[in-house]
Amino acid sequence: MRGSLSRRLEGWPALARAALFYGLLLAAALTFLFPFLFMVSTSIKGPRELYSMNLVPQEPTLDHYRALFTQIPIGRALFNSALVYGLQTVSVLVLSSIVGYALARLRFFGREFVFNVILLTMMIPGQLLLIPLYLLIVRFGWTDSYQGLIVPGMVSAFGIFMFRQHFLTIPQELIDAARVDGASDLTILFRIIWPLSIPVLITVGVLTFMGGWNDFLWPAIVNRDIDFQTLTQMVTLYGIGGQAGGQVGAIMASTLVAVMPMIVVYLVFQRYYLQGIASTGVKG
Amino acid sequence: MSRADPGAARQMPAKRVGLWRSVRASNPVGYLFTLPYVIFFTIFTAYPLGFAFFLTVHDWNIVRTERPFVGARNYERLFSDELFWQALLNTGVFLAVHIPLQIVIALLLSVVLNQQIRARGFFRVAFFLPFVTSGAIISLVWLRLYADDGLLNAYLSLVGLGPVGWLSDPNVAMTSIAVMATWKNVGYYLMIFLAALQAIPDQLYEEAYLNGATAWQRFAHITFPLLNPAFILVVILSTIGGFSLFVEPFVMTGGGPLDSTLSLVLYLYQQAFQFLRMGYAAAIGVVLALMIFLVTVIQRRYLEREVGY
Repeated sequence: MRGSLSRRLEGWPALARAALFYGLLLAAALTFLFPFLFMVSTSIKGPRELYSMNLVPQEPTLDHYRALFTQIPIGRALFNSALVYGLQTVSVLVLSSIVGYALARLRFFGREFVFNVILLTMMIPGQLLLIPLYLLIVRFGWTDSYQGLIVPGMVSAFGIFMFRQHFLTIPQELIDAARVDGASDLTILFRIIWPLSIPVLITVGVLTFMGGWNDFLWPAIVNRDIDFQTLTQMVTLYGIGGQAGGQVGAIMASTLVAVMPMIVVYLVFQRYYLQGIASTGVKG
Repeated sequence: MSRADPGAARQMPAKRVGLWRSVRASNPVGYLFTLPYVIFFTIFTAYPLGFAFFLTVHDWNIVRTERPFVGARNYERLFSDELFWQALLNTGVFLAVHIPLQIVIALLLSVVLNQQIRARGFFRVAFFLPFVTSGAIISLVWLRLYADDGLLNAYLSLVGLGPVGWLSDPNVAMTSIAVMATWKNVGYYLMIFLAALQAIPDQLYEEAYLNGATAWQRFAHITFPLLNPAFILVVILSTIGGFSLFVEPFVMTGGGPLDSTLSLVLYLYQQAFQFLRMGYAAAIGVVLALMIFLVTVIQRRYLEREVGY
């Protein structure tokens, strides 16, 4: 495919072709970035220019951020999200890799059955389980708590699948050598296999953390208490509820605070992450 | 599976030696290590799955203690519920706009990004950024862009057009949401296509080029057929995504105007958490899951092509 697009414009001077190509591509990229530019610019615009079409603030101010931090306990929500999804991610990495190790490397009757169950559960749409899971959390008394957010996501079928597929590719000699030295299965998993699985660990970790962080529906269902609200939940409710009083500047400031951590995570890990999601897509 | 571990099959001829012998011959650590999943699966997947079907045959209101058995009445009601059909129709509208738009844009951008271009990293980040942000949060931003007095209409008025009721006109609102959802997800599908494009050997193109194939012929006869698995994946994933549409209408329109953006999951949510009809909401969930299953099976059957070069 390389070069085929530019070849369609054969006969044009090279410079004009390149200018047209990059001009169109840049316009497309700016269209994609536009909502983010709007978000950033509105969050620092002064009161008189809030609704102006100009994206460059003439009277930049941090007032919207001050208003935001006095109106809602957004720091608490940031802490909640980091705690809840941090713990969930650690749990997914540890537990799912233990199960993935058993499915890839240990021989036991029923192994293929368990693996097939895992593949099947990955196809169940979340909406089917939403109501019964909510009633289960109510029965456990876990509404308005951290448990209600963390526990239902502590093991991930997707994570197990990813780990199993990767662990199958680790050379048996490495495992045999460790066993001769008297290493236990946990030692083999965490000392030998984990260091060889960094890209998969990052992919599963980032996808788990991001999926949790960005979710609105589940926290909105199990949490009413403001003390346990996640950042995404609190900012969304702030934006659609009456609390912000229609202050578009403060709302945009809050959305920027909510998406910034994920943008940073993505930019830091993008190399692994992009390979990971592309490969899961094509193979899955 | 057995390909990766041929020894397992030889060690455990289950049918001949019986179940107990097979279990005895197994590595006990295997069971111990699988235990976290078995416990989790029992509590958070199997039980809710069974409970979902149990709920659908009961009139389960969360504030009442009496929860009578009603048989198929929740399902019967569903089929005569006009709002349910409206939500289904709306989902159809969403899919009809979203899937073609998604595929065309993702395919186009992936072909462009697959070439040796400058600043590829920047372009990749630009197209992918919406995907890593929360749908709920980013809907708050689009709510302002789409507002009747919002930026989009302001720009339109510069060229003498509009204003368009992006979210206030019942004929337009679902399309606006589908466009926003495309913007949000296209980066992901772009990456799937890009990975598939990079797996196509350059040699095929070179041969076709030497044989005088035009760029379009090369795309139509090499690229497109070889992208078939990725294509199916994108269609299926965006269908599942479309049936799961919730947070965008929840934040931007609440299902309005005139129920024109009421999605199936939004309707499920309203039934469960505004009207507290858990049995009825669970029935919507079951029917929704069945529809997703059927539609994706049909798509797979009609789109799958055997290709070999």
